[in-house]
Amino acid sequence: MRRLRRAVFPAALVAALTVALLFLTIPIVAIFVDTSPGELLRSLREPESLDALRLSLTCTTVAVAIIVAVGTPAAWLLATRRFRGRSALVTLVELPLVLPPAVAGIGLLAALGPRGLLGGVVEDLGIELVLRTAGVVVALVFVAAPFYLRQAQAAFEALDRAQLDASRTLGATEARTFLRVAIPSARHGLLAGLAIAWGRALGEFGATLMFAGSFRGITQTTPLAIYEQFATDFPAALALSAVLVAVSGALLGTMKLLGGAPGGPRAAG
Amino acid sequence: MRRPAAAALACLGLALAACGGDDAGAAREQVTVSAAASLKTAFTQLGRSWHGADARFSFAGSDDLAAQIRRGARPDVFAAANTALPDALHDEGLVEAPRVFASNRLVIAVPAGEEGVRGIGDLARPGVQIAVGAPAVPIGSYARSVLSRLPTAQRAAILRNVRSEEPDVSGIVGKLTQGAVDAGLVYRSDVRASGGALRAVDLPDELQPAVAYGVAVVRDAQHPEQARAFVDALLGPQGRKALRAAGLDPPSR
Repeated sequence: MRRLRRAVFPAALVAALTVALLFLTIPIVAIFVDTSPGELLRSLREPESLDALRLSLTCTTVAVAIIVAVGTPAAWLLATRRFRGRSALVTLVELPLVLPPAVAGIGLLAALGPRGLLGGVVEDLGIELVLRTAGVVVALVFVAAPFYLRQAQAAFEALDRAQLDASRTLGATEARTFLRVAIPSARHGLLAGLAIAWGRALGEFGATLMFAGSFRGITQTTPLAIYEQFATDFPAALALSAVLVAVSGALLGTMKLLGGAPGGPRAAG
Repeated sequence: MRRPAAAALACLGLALAACGGDDAGAAREQVTVSAAASLKTAFTQLGRSWHGADARFSFAGSDDLAAQIRRGARPDVFAAANTALPDALHDEGLVEAPRVFASNRLVIAVPAGEEGVRGIGDLARPGVQIAVGAPAVPIGSYARSVLSRLPTAQRAAILRNVRSEEPDVSGIVGKLTQGAVDAGLVYRSDVRASGGALRAVDLPDELQPAVAYGVAVVRDAQHPEQARAFVDALLGPQGRKALRAAGLDPPSR
């Protein structure tokens, strides 16, 4: 009787994991089951799909480069300094994580749109964002940056303080310590953050549609092309979805490989 | 453990049918209506004044709603901004015989207070930014049929100015009210629904496409009785009143 009762909890855990796995993987499995290899090839030859994939790769690459260039030092500062209002700042930086994409799109329009808060400034600078490729990049950076920042901050915080202090004691400046010791040591966490941010950027839909619109070759990224094809050509939409899943999966896998086997200084989620 | 999974799957199904499902108001029978985004004002009004059932609406591009029905979603009523989609679904055995219940006119919509665009000719000027519907959504195909009646050079110049192809009219209206574009091709009723944010520039009659709205009861609907009652109300005086208030016209035939 007691043994039976003891077995209930582990069984419940297994059942919960099974339900979670099934629910999370069935839609992905269905995309591939319903897509014949012929459809996949046809989709890859479709000029509309190719334009969308090309645009997605360009925009996400630029967005991720910006995120890494600005996000890494910003995360370092957040991870290594203690100052008043720091936790409020961290919360602010993470806020876009929980923002619905449509809200992000509205927010970007209200801030940077022609009638937005900073619309005049943007215009005076001669920058056009709304309905332009640059606008897609802005939307992607906005929604994906917090994913990287969060992960990078955690990765830096998990570093061995003694090692960093040793670097400084040996006469290295903070900049040198940051570049030569901190970044290489934290690379697993940084790459994991990069992969998640990149994946999020690849999948971005709502903010892009609202802020940048949808125009083939200019602002119509792969998720927007999938949405447009959904109504007219479901098999093509499925095939393009399969391609996007494959690209995102490959990206995640590559970053895992580049980061090496987990076990080194790991970022706490 | 099975039950949460079933509930989660049911939620997914509901989300797909976009009928936003909680069970509030379960006392009255429900009727779920998938309707073109341009019908939002008219149908919301009708839903308030008609008491035949608890009407729940899902507004989106007609083509997306039709695609959902083709993929197995079962709203009770399908109302589209054209007759082609309900006719096609009828031919496929997915909906009952469609009926035409309203007509509309295409206009050039501009942000209120902007005077730069006074006619279709202005859309061809370099630097004018335009939003239209995507080719598959009715508002997009009507816009293209307007353009197809123009001289080739003018049509090409206008198409060069198109900055966004939106999935439904709400997208076009949003881009206009935010000043992201200078002009858009939408229905006259959309300008009416914007509450003064937009101004309509009329299109000449010879460019007007025949915009007719078709409605049909979906086969195997969960609430067929309420669905038929809703369609009757839509075609009756109550429906005409709501449609007219929203800037739509009675069917032209």
